[in-house]
Amino acid sequence: MEETIYLDYAATTPVDERVLDVMMPFFRKEFGNPSSIHQFGQKAENALEEARETVAGVLKCRSDEIVFTSCGSESDNLALRGAGLAMRVAKNSNQFLTSQAEHHAVSRTVQQMVDLNGFEVEWLKVDEAGMVLPSTVEQSISNKTAIVSVMLANNEIGTINPIKKISKICHDQGVLMHSDAVQAAAYLSVDVDALGVDLLSLGGHKFYGPKGVGALYVRKGTPLYPTQTGGGQENGLRAGTQNVAYIVGFAEALRLAELERQERVTHVKPMRDRIIGAVLENIPEAKLTGHPENRLPNHCSFVFKDVDGNLLLTLLDSAGFACSSGSACKTGNPEPSEVIRLLNLPPTWNLGSLRVTLGMSTTVDEVEKFLTHLPELVQKARKLK
Amino acid sequence: MTKVVVAMSGGVDSSVAAALLKQQGFEVVGMMLRLWSEPGKENSNRCCTPDAMLLARRVAARLEIPFYAIDAREIFHSTVVDYFLKGYALGNTPNPCLECNRIVRWNFLLEHALEIGADFLATGHYVRLANRSTTETGNNLHNQIQLLKAVDRGKDQSYVLHVMNQYQLGKALFPVGDYPKDEIRKIASQFGLPTASRPDSQDLCFLAGEDYRDFIKRMAPGSLKPGEIVNKEGRLLGRHLGLSFYTIGQRKGLGLSSTEPLYVLSKNIEENTILVGPEEELGRSELRVNNVNWITGKPRGEVFRAQVKVRYSAREAWAEVSHLENGGVLAWFDNPQRDITAGQAAVFYDGDIVLGGGIII
Repeated sequence: MEETIYLDYAATTPVDERVLDVMMPFFRKEFGNPSSIHQFGQKAENALEEARETVAGVLKCRSDEIVFTSCGSESDNLALRGAGLAMRVAKNSNQFLTSQAEHHAVSRTVQQMVDLNGFEVEWLKVDEAGMVLPSTVEQSISNKTAIVSVMLANNEIGTINPIKKISKICHDQGVLMHSDAVQAAAYLSVDVDALGVDLLSLGGHKFYGPKGVGALYVRKGTPLYPTQTGGGQENGLRAGTQNVAYIVGFAEALRLAELERQERVTHVKPMRDRIIGAVLENIPEAKLTGHPENRLPNHCSFVFKDVDGNLLLTLLDSAGFACSSGSACKTGNPEPSEVIRLLNLPPTWNLGSLRVTLGMSTTVDEVEKFLTHLPELVQKARKLK
Repeated sequence: MTKVVVAMSGGVDSSVAAALLKQQGFEVVGMMLRLWSEPGKENSNRCCTPDAMLLARRVAARLEIPFYAIDAREIFHSTVVDYFLKGYALGNTPNPCLECNRIVRWNFLLEHALEIGADFLATGHYVRLANRSTTETGNNLHNQIQLLKAVDRGKDQSYVLHVMNQYQLGKALFPVGDYPKDEIRKIASQFGLPTASRPDSQDLCFLAGEDYRDFIKRMAPGSLKPGEIVNKEGRLLGRHLGLSFYTIGQRKGLGLSSTEPLYVLSKNIEENTILVGPEEELGRSELRVNNVNWITGKPRGEVFRAQVKVRYSAREAWAEVSHLENGGVLAWFDNPQRDITAGQAAVFYDGDIVLGGGIII
């Protein structure tokens, strides 16, 4: 079989070789526990704190505002559970404002706090591009609101939300603003002051770092309880011996993403636009999902009428292209995702979603090859349905 | 490289089928059908539970082949489950596996396999294929593919595959039919497949291990009309709960008190009655089938002798086969046969060779 072309960089990315290189010493040579008194511990602690400073440099914050976690989902959980409980104690407010277009790490966490912990939620409406409008937040926010959580960019449909404006509304009301930037950080600036957020979630493997490591930015003074208790690591906010090698890799990957941001955007964006243009032009009954302009520069997402997205992925994979779908299900039981449902598409379009996301090693040749095959594969999927 | 899709179920037979083909040098792709399950019972379907799918996925990973799940819920429901319920509503005892093979496996799935560029679709069925020109020399029926019984007679599944046509057989591979089941289990453990010790599946997949009567009660309660149980003399012996709940030859569960054991001899749809009688009256010398399929596309002759199997588990019996004007077939047995049941298939054999079959009316 020919080499498969990977077009699913929003799902995950390979670890950058430069990142892997800086991680390696911390598995064997510098294996100490950062909490230990001796020199092994001191070296590990130093690496950990350097990584924290590197991350703080990218986020333009203080290094003691960075909490390392095991992944983006854990960061979301810590932000919502930890700050939700703390806000209830500090301000007697217990309502979440968030949308169902959020990643499940946010929406299901909020739902569980409503079901089990007596919190309330108001699900914010999104527009037809899946965007949360500042005016919607303004209408819903009140003195009982504890936290507003809106993702920086949507993982399924690529839409970028107006975080800065939403943050301003929150701060005028004394409400905390959390943003899940897991999908966004590979291509968008995560300057926390420019965004105005109090809490920001990141995950390493979306920007050529390793899986199994993430971070949460916690603005100084933000009320937050730890959700994982034990030793006093991470400023008492996240117990557990730090995963030094992965944290070092996370920091290096984020540093490179920031350093090379413009270059990476310039690499993927023309190919993204080429794909969107060609698909809409050459495939009948195809629609772009998400915002046409305010979207991640590496992100294309579509729906096709009368197509089973799962089957389209199977056909694509067999033809040598690895993509993703909003209805993807490994057990052949496709259902439209919450995000796709929110777009108010007719039922005949709902299951036919396709996500194509590009990366640093994507080439124009790969894109052209993909575009040559896609129309015929969509047609096959329609025929089989 | 020749590409083969293997229909995988997570069971040992299809797993070994995939392993053997891979070993023989084919480019192998695993596919699994997500079939319909009764809402709320998705986890107990016999062959496509999330568990079974995980198992199949692990087998595929072990063999280093790609694996895909295909959504077949709608077509399975509208053909196989519907056929099952309608058959019972008509007073028959349908065999939905025939419809599944004819429509879902050897049409729907085959089409998917071909669309991803496969040359063949393989399954873990215990049957064999042969080209007639190589089995019977001097015959002019070249390139007529023959469907043969499996080497392991106890596991032979040719009964449910008699519905296949030449086109389908031309695209089919049955790698396990050449081996006894014991051997298949051995091969599975040699390959280190996680299915090596799983028990064989039984019953209909969508019944989730339940009695079919409970399923009919829930899914088609309207088809259950209570009525009378009578004997040949027309005497009322008891009441039945609906014709669907009884099958020809059934003795247990009739709720009759009688000096001798009584069996269901026939069902009368118009009058909604069940006729019962003693064991010696069970036998019939003839049966008629419709929806006839001949493996080679045409019958062996105007009138010919064949061994006939009237149920999946029945033993073959000799009969003379002739054609009816309506396109159906009449089989006249040398000796009367028990358990001839409308809705089941009668399959005609010449030794190991499957000639064809049809649905008993």
